Amino acid sequence: MECIRLEYDVDGNNFSSAGNASDSVKRTLKQLGVSPASVRRVAIAMYEGEINMVIHAHGGRAEVEIYPDYIDIYLKDSGPGIADIDLAMKAGYSTATENIRSLGFGAGMGLPNMKKYSDEMKIDSTVGVGTTVFLRVKF
Amino acid sequence: MTIREVVKLLDAEILCGEEHLDTEIHTACGSDMMSDVLAYVKDQSVLLTGLLNPQVVRTAEMMDMLCIVFVRGKRPEQPVIDLAEEKGIVLLSTEKRLFVACGILYTHGLGG
Repeated sequence: MECIRLEYDVDGNNFSSAGNASDSVKRTLKQLGVSPASVRRVAIAMYEGEINMVIHAHGGRAEVEIYPDYIDIYLKDSGPGIADIDLAMKAGYSTATENIRSLGFGAGMGLPNMKKYSDEMKIDSTVGVGTTVFLRVKF
Repeated sequence: MTIREVVKLLDAEILCGEEHLDTEIHTACGSDMMSDVLAYVKDQSVLLTGLLNPQVVRTAEMMDMLCIVFVRGKRPEQPVIDLAEEKGIVLLSTEKRLFVACGILYTHGLGG
């Protein structure tokens, strides 16, 4: 099936630019006429993922495939990896530093939010190698 | 109420988005935790916060919010204002504290 492919580098050293990729995807979906409710679910899920890549994994890469009825998002990083995925998925559990919290993040809601706003979510992670998060949101 | 009424009620300074002041708003939320805004907020159009970094504007943008009110007399730096301008989000600054600012808007009919 034909799809629109988008790729982004997520800069791990620049907290200010975190959200650029999600913002671009949001605008693209709007232009394609996807419903505002679906656009928002995609935007929030992907933005949380982007923030995670910046605060936990020194950035990474976001690959996006837009199909007529859904969007697939792959967030790939070479960060420290997640040792216990079940624990990381728990609302309120966070390994973020006090510095990150002072910026308004690190409440332990990132991964739960991504699950909440997506229709499918898969985490592949190896400690010391990196993490790939797959998100699918149906329109 | 309109954003113009928010400006009046909170005695706020307009930092950007003057052209959107007549936009109608019905709900608001107050938080310094953007993670919680992303987790719990649904269709609120105004964000009141004491946080000043660019991710406040990003969060508002992802949630389709129309206006951010910085409380306790805080003002973000110019790049944050520029980002909001680009996204069509109104930025206001009020001397009032978060609790008081939320209370004033709530008692004047703005929902949660």
